[in-house]
Amino acid sequence: MNFEKVVFGFFIVLALTLNFGFFIGEIHNPDHHNVYELFAAIVVSLIATVLKLGERTQIGAVLLATSLVADLQLIAAAILWGSALYITETGLTPSVTSSIVSLSGGALLANFTSVVLLIIETVTMRR
Amino acid sequence: MLKRPQKSIHKVFSLVLRRFRAPLIALIMVYAISVLGMVLIPGVDDDGNTWHMGFFHAFYFVSYMATTIGFGEIPYAFTDAQRLWTTLTLYLTVTAWLYAIGTILSLVQDSALQRAMTENRFFRNVRQIHEPFYLICGYGDTGSLITKALTQRGLRAVAIDIRQDRINELLLTDLEVFVPGLSADAGDPSNLQTAGLKSPFCVGVIALTNSDHTNLEIAIAARLLHPSARVICRAETESTQANMASFGTDHVINPFEAFAEEIAISLHSPELHLIFDWLTQLPHSPLSIYDAPPQGRWIVCGYGRFGRSIDKHLKRLGVSTTIIEADPSGTDCKGACIVGKGTEAVTLLAADVKNAVGIVAGTNDDADNLSILMTAKEINPELYTVARQNRRSNDVIFEAIKSNHVMQHSEVVTLKVLSLVTTPLLYVFLKQIKQQGNDMAIELLPKIENVCDKVVPDIWTIQINYKSALAVTHAIEQDRTIQLGHLTSDPRDREQQLLCLPLLIKRKDEIILLPEVNEKIEVGDQILLCGQYGVSDLMGWTLQNHNTLRYIETGETRPDGFIWRKLANR
Repeated sequence: MNFEKVVFGFFIVLALTLNFGFFIGEIHNPDHHNVYELFAAIVVSLIATVLKLGERTQIGAVLLATSLVADLQLIAAAILWGSALYITETGLTPSVTSSIVSLSGGALLANFTSVVLLIIETVTMRR
Repeated sequence: MLKRPQKSIHKVFSLVLRRFRAPLIALIMVYAISVLGMVLIPGVDDDGNTWHMGFFHAFYFVSYMATTIGFGEIPYAFTDAQRLWTTLTLYLTVTAWLYAIGTILSLVQDSALQRAMTENRFFRNVRQIHEPFYLICGYGDTGSLITKALTQRGLRAVAIDIRQDRINELLLTDLEVFVPGLSADAGDPSNLQTAGLKSPFCVGVIALTNSDHTNLEIAIAARLLHPSARVICRAETESTQANMASFGTDHVINPFEAFAEEIAISLHSPELHLIFDWLTQLPHSPLSIYDAPPQGRWIVCGYGRFGRSIDKHLKRLGVSTTIIEADPSGTDCKGACIVGKGTEAVTLLAADVKNAVGIVAGTNDDADNLSILMTAKEINPELYTVARQNRRSNDVIFEAIKSNHVMQHSEVVTLKVLSLVTTPLLYVFLKQIKQQGNDMAIELLPKIENVCDKVVPDIWTIQINYKSALAVTHAIEQDRTIQLGHLTSDPRDREQQLLCLPLLIKRKDEIILLPEVNEKIEVGDQILLCGQYGVSDLMGWTLQNHNTLRYIETGETRPDGFIWRKLANR
């Protein structure tokens, strides 16, 4: 058992599950989307990205790319959220909520790709 | 064959990035915990209501708290619970930052990374050279002299040396063109490749390292990896010399042999030696004066590589020698030899220095050599002296002792290499002259002296082709006869001859030594000339300009330009 693989797999899957948990629900209803879940998703996603730094394999490079995409989407969602609350002060209207959730949906797709790649890597290198 | 993993800049970078992981994760975790704590701990607003900090404000607060900027408690004054949490996280975040910054700084200074970056920069610099260049292995005394002379002639070079301080010296030297340098083992073919051995622009490899074995390795690598490049090698033992020559190294230079041969030539045919000396010295240096060694018995002190070469060449000429050697068995000194260093009068007297005509101080210790010469001169002031100088830093002392000849490795090798590299035809010329013997040299000597201004003359090669002699090539193609005398006429006044001397014409496989003025020029000829500085530029007018050539041929100045030519034809 490779401890590094356990840690990395844990963070990649956790990033996906948290992201999914935040994404699921009515897209325009702010009650269905928890801010703590978004926060946790961002933190876990960032850690997953850092864990892939300096990877030399082809699959490692693609994993770094997908996880950077997820970070970008989630951070964009968080910024949107913050600006809606404090800068434009429009509050969490259905349209703002939809934008935030759809951004996190994009991140979900990227995280999903990461997990698929991880599974492919695991399956092809049975050790 | 197994393919070995290649070291590359990417690998070093990825290794370095890997070591960033721990500090970055620590930072992210600490920030996440701090922000989460600030969000969860309830605060009180100005009106006394319970209030929860949002993620936005929490992140803002933690950001300036962690970096110890500290804008204060916003948007409302904190409760004690919040302050407790802040105190805790303050220490956490500052520690995390110190850890991260410390790691980043140590990584930037990491020797492996620095090395990879220098190598990468060097590789890029070499790849950007799009002109012919020479790869110089070993940037010591000889290497630096050659690099300087090459760059002065507008040639490009790349240097590689095992010692970092020499490469630093190269970077500090003010050269005409940029010479990339790398400190690496030149005996390792992968380093030679990094230095551009396989580049199509690499025209030659010059191996000058201190170790014969490394030079041999370089010669082999160059032969196999870039067969068309010229390979010039320095070898200090005869076995290496033979070994290098065996697989087709273009030129092997043994400084001891070369110098001993020079001494032999100067004994045997002094005029020939003088011609060699004049044409191969560094440009602008004063001409050496006629100073023929006397005929008679010689004393050779030190029977090492140098002493052996000298002894061999002197014996070949029938000159009798007396050898003084401190360790006769260790140096394989056959026959009679006086045991001693030669620095004491006793040993010199035993060698009968009073009746000798010349002495060679050829040990590998400069102090010993100087001592030998001084002692010997005291006993016999008429002695002709030859000194071996081992270290270039002793220049001043060797100059002061006023020896007839001073043999300095680096100088001998430098002059040889330069004549091979900068004007390949000169080498051909000298070889031909040597075959002709001293009589031709006696005839040639005043002619050369005539065209040079008491300094070593400029030596250059003219190629008759479209690029470097447009007018002449056109004229020959129009069946006009161009003679060598046309080219050596002064383009400002055709009655006058330029101060230059054609030494040799190379026409396909034919070589014409010292051609006459009425020699017909053909397309593709290579002409070697020596003469005063600036003459080659004047000659460029005749070679390239139609009107100048016409003037020299006929004496008339033709009008030029389309209309004027039409008018002149009417």
